[in-house]
Amino acid sequence: MSLSKHLRSAITEEMDHHGGPRAAMLESLRMIQQEHGWVSDEHLEEAATLLGVTTAEIEDVATFYSLIFRQPVGEKVILLCDGASCYLNGAEDVRDAVMKRLGIGFGQTTPDGKYTLINICCVGGCDHAPAGVIGRNRKLVGPLTPETIDEILGEDAK
Amino acid sequence: MLQDKDRIFTNIYGMHERTLAGAQKRGHWDGTKDLIGLGRDKIIEIMKASGLRGRGGAGFPTGLKWSFMPKESDGRPSYLVVNADESEPGTCKDREIMRNDPHALIEGCLIASFAMQAHACYIYIRGEYIREREALQAAIDEAYDAGLLGKNAANSGWDFDLYLHHGAGAYICGEETALLESLEGRKGMPRMKPPFPAGAGLYGCPTTVNNVESIAVVPTILRRGAEWFAGFGRPNNAGTKLFAISGHVNNPCVVEEAMSITFEELIDRHCGGIRGGWDNLKAVIPGGSSVPCVRGENMRDAIMDFDYLRGELQSGLGTAAVIVMDKQTDIIKAIWRLSKFYKHESCGQCTPCREGTGWMMRVMDRLVRGEARVEEIDMLFEVTKQVEGHTICALGDAAAWPIQGLIRNFRDEIEDRIRTRRDGTVQVAAE
Repeated sequence: MSLSKHLRSAITEEMDHHGGPRAAMLESLRMIQQEHGWVSDEHLEEAATLLGVTTAEIEDVATFYSLIFRQPVGEKVILLCDGASCYLNGAEDVRDAVMKRLGIGFGQTTPDGKYTLINICCVGGCDHAPAGVIGRNRKLVGPLTPETIDEILGEDAK
Repeated sequence: MLQDKDRIFTNIYGMHERTLAGAQKRGHWDGTKDLIGLGRDKIIEIMKASGLRGRGGAGFPTGLKWSFMPKESDGRPSYLVVNADESEPGTCKDREIMRNDPHALIEGCLIASFAMQAHACYIYIRGEYIREREALQAAIDEAYDAGLLGKNAANSGWDFDLYLHHGAGAYICGEETALLESLEGRKGMPRMKPPFPAGAGLYGCPTTVNNVESIAVVPTILRRGAEWFAGFGRPNNAGTKLFAISGHVNNPCVVEEAMSITFEELIDRHCGGIRGGWDNLKAVIPGGSSVPCVRGENMRDAIMDFDYLRGELQSGLGTAAVIVMDKQTDIIKAIWRLSKFYKHESCGQCTPCREGTGWMMRVMDRLVRGEARVEEIDMLFEVTKQVEGHTICALGDAAAWPIQGLIRNFRDEIEDRIRTRRDGTVQVAAE
């Protein structure tokens, strides 16, 4: 599936906004991910052609930044904060509870494709630790406890 | 205690309108034209006199930094870049400014850019901050519509454009030259200095990179005067400051306070005290994950400013992200977490950091479990000294310091764990 017309023109506009094709790469990748959940090879190549950069150049950027996903993810991505304040406030218990509930570890997706669990460095939710960032809209949630993870997983969690 | 009338950030908790109208009601954008009318030299003079030191961690005098920018253009444009890549573990202060008081930042961008003769400013916001990006972009759009940005911004005669650039998850992009690389569309790998950004920064043009808080306090300093700002805190540590307190306190929070407040007052007044009382305090990281930890008993009377924490406690104020640990904390494991973080975030450019962060994390890994020999503690300390100061940017230092702080302050605990493990009496979980 190629990029939508809307996305193609948005990428072209970014070139003006950011002052050139190179500087627009990261935002283009973000926009693709926002729509598709992740960045496939096909979409990456298409964006490169649109921007007039090489695939290697855009791949270079895509793989450097940890919030650009180059593998398919589930419908709901759960980013659990790895930070020091979260650790101090019981992040490991929350992590274990989420892993147990979903039956997956970090970097994995549930077999039904609903959830992907990823650990992420400090998200700046330290005053709400332990914190996480949930879903396509990247909602900051916290303080989390093993008892309240239902709220972040949603009703459809097993 | 800082009085409400002296607060720069009047909407840090989002209790009031964050719109332009709300911001104007709280005094933002009041007479901006006249502030710019002071002229470049006068603005920089006031900033120098205010004693403001950079709020991003290093504490470099802001006014002095601005004065490094060329007075006359050699044909190249000048840029202001605002570092909103707040990623230091423990730090969550700038996000409150961007989410709830965005106009303080935007007005600051205009005035600071004028003072550095920049017609364009980029705010580089970290990838994880989505709501903050939305709030800031909405405020920027509002400011454009009201004529406060764009051509003849705020009727000042100065043409000014403000752009928001969104990162995508890389701690290293908070380093100023890595941030510039990222803005230009490259991997965020720090550049060698010199040349410093003021000589050749963004696209090879004169650039100043400032922290969000440093820029957001500028309009208020100009309105209320350098003396007012310099009236808070001890000499050389002037002003009010946003503190972000997390960890084992009863009420973690972000709060604006006067510099040089004592740690005890900060915690008791704003955080409801230490969890389990003051006798339960074990250690504090007073300035974000990159500064060494301090033993609790040395912290209670500590003065929270740059010079005291560095000079008296061999630590630092950093971003004023205070991480509190009580006696139930496994401090070796807490520091191991930081080592893991730095290993993940090293950009891999310099060998001492790329290899050293991994090496340090692996030794820390064993120290957590006590699976080491006592001599290895000294060896680890020696390795941190080999990393510190031998890399292009400060990430190597930042990875080394927490471990040095741990060894300096809690060596007995590390040794105990090794001995207990050898005697076969303890099991500590680690991954």
